[in-house]
Amino acid sequence: MVIDKVKKLNEIETKPHKNTKASDMLVGKWVKCDKCKEIIYKEELHNNYSVCPNCGKHFRLSSRRRIKQIADEGTFKEIAGDIITKDPLKFEGYLKKVDILKEKTKLDEAVKCGTCEIEGQKAVIAVMDGNFLMGSMGSAVGERITIAIETAIQQKLPLVIFSVSGGARMQEGIVSLMQMAKTSAAIAKLNEAGLLYISVLTDPTTGGVTASFASLGDIILAEPEALIGFAGPRVIEQTINQRLPKDFQKAEFLLEHGFIDKIVERKDMKHMISTLIKFHTPTPKSEVKK
Amino acid sequence: MKTAWEKVQIARKIDRPKSSDYINAIFNDFIELHGDRNYGDDKSIIAGIAYLDEIPVTIIGEQKGKNAKENITRNFGMPEPEGYRKALRLMKQAEKFNRPIITFIDTPGAFPGIGAEERGQGEAIARNIMEMSNLKVPIICVVIGEGSSGGALAIGVGDKIVMLENAIYSILSPEGFASILYKDASKSKIAASEMKITANDLKKLELIDEIIKEPKEGITQKFEEITSELKKYIKTNIKDLQKLDTEMLLVKRYEKFRKIY
Ligand SMILES: [Zn+2]
Repeated sequence: MVIDKVKKLNEIETKPHKNTKASDMLVGKWVKCDKCKEIIYKEELHNNYSVCPNCGKHFRLSSRRRIKQIADEGTFKEIAGDIITKDPLKFEGYLKKVDILKEKTKLDEAVKCGTCEIEGQKAVIAVMDGNFLMGSMGSAVGERITIAIETAIQQKLPLVIFSVSGGARMQEGIVSLMQMAKTSAAIAKLNEAGLLYISVLTDPTTGGVTASFASLGDIILAEPEALIGFAGPRVIEQTINQRLPKDFQKAEFLLEHGFIDKIVERKDMKHMISTLIKFHTPTPKSEVKK
Repeated sequence: MKTAWEKVQIARKIDRPKSSDYINAIFNDFIELHGDRNYGDDKSIIAGIAYLDEIPVTIIGEQKGKNAKENITRNFGMPEPEGYRKALRLMKQAEKFNRPIITFIDTPGAFPGIGAEERGQGEAIARNIMEMSNLKVPIICVVIGEGSSGGALAIGVGDKIVMLENAIYSILSPEGFASILYKDASKSKIAASEMKITANDLKKLELIDEIIKEPKEGITQKFEEITSELKKYIKTNIKDLQKLDTEMLLVKRYEKFRKIY
C-alpha cells in the first residue's frame, strides 16, 4: 500500500539511526538503497540530488531539499506560512499528533509555498512534503495551495506544484474532500488568466491530490518510477481480487497511457522547468531574432 | 434520532429509490443520452435531457442497481473514467444550450480497477471538478443516498448542494476510515459518527445548503412526498439562480468552495 511505502521511505530519511547500535555511529552516515540494496554514503547521495549513484533510484525528498534544488539560491520567499492546521471534525488526538509531528519534522504542514526564481525566472512554487502525515491534503494544505494559485494569478506568474501525497487527509473528513474542489476551482481561474501551470508528480502521488490539481497541469512532469494513481494498489487488488501488472501506476505506465507529458530525472528537473517557463514567456520584441 | 451508522445502512439500502426513480418522478420526457465519445458508455452514470415542468434541463445521476442483477450492470454505482467523461460531455452540452444542470449523487466511490487507472480515473475526476466550478449555467447537486469520496465530488460541484435527510456524504466509507485510522474495520460504527457524514453534520459544517426531510413512514412508502418537496426546491432555486448574471453566478460558486478552510 502507498502508506507502507511512504513509511519505509520516511525511515530512510528521518530515522537513519534506526537499528543502529551505539558503536556504529557511522552507520547514521550511510543509507541502504531500497532498489539495488547498495549501501550509499549519505553525503554522496545528497550531493547526487538524493538519487542512488548506483541504480538511479530517486529517493524521497523533503520540501526543504526540493526547494533548494529548484529555486535559485536565496530567492525563495514563503507565502501562506501562517495558514495552520485546523480540526473541523474535532477528531480525537489529531492536533496533538500534528504538534508532535511538527516538532519531529520541523515542518508546519504538508506543503510549503512561495515565490522564487528558477534560473532567473520568477515563479510561484508549492512543494508538498511526504514526511508530514504522508503529504495528505487537509484544509491547511488546500488553503495554502489555493493561496499559491491566487498569488500566481495576482502577480501574473507561472505556477509549479510538486506533488507527493497519500491523498485527502482522513482526520479532516469531508472538509479535506472539499479541498479538491477549492484547489481545482482556483486552477480554473489560473487557466482563464492564461498562466502556465507545471505539475510535477513525485513518488507517491495518489488519491485526492491525483484527482484534483495534480492532474490539471498544462504540462505534467513526473520523476522516474514514481507511483501515481487514484486508488491505492492494495485497494485495487482487494476489489478486483487479482494481482496487478508489474509496472502498474508507475510514472512510465502513466506516460504509456497518455496521462503525463514527460518523465524527467531530478538532475534535469530545474533546467526543464526553467526552459518550459521561458517558452511560455513572451519575448520582448527587441530580442526577437531578425 | 437515528445514529450515523443507522443512516449509513439506510442510505445503502437496495430498495432505497435510485437516481432513475427521482428522474422519472420529478421530470418529464427524459431522454437518456449515452457515451463519452472516447471509449464507452458507463452504465453507473445515467444522463440526459428532460423538462422540469417548462424548463429544459440536463440531468446526471449516479445509478446503483435495484437488485443484484442490475447492480452488476450498474457496477454498484461505481463509475469508471468514461462515466465521468460522459457526465462532463453532457454538462458542456448543457452549457452550450444554456440548460441548468441537476446531478444526483449516489455512489460508494469511483471504481478502483486496473482499467480505471489505465484510463485516468484521477484525471477524469479532477477535470470534472475543475470544469464544474466554471460552467456558465446553474448547477444543483442532490445527494440521495451514499456520497462517497472523489467519486461523488466528481459530479458534486454546484451552486446549491442538498442532501436527503438520511443520505451521507463522506471522504470514504466508514469501513475504510476505520481500517485506516483505527486499524480495525469493525469500528465502522464509531467511525461513522466521528467522521461527521450525516446531512445534519454537513449542514452544521456549512458544506450543504439544505436538508430535504424524509417521510417518517419511510422513503419508499411515501416517495411522492419527498419528490414533490425536492421538485419544489430544485425549481425555486433554478429560477433564482437564473436571475443572476453569469459573472455573479460564477463568483458565488467560487466563493462557496473558496471559503472552506
Ligand atoms: Zn540503488
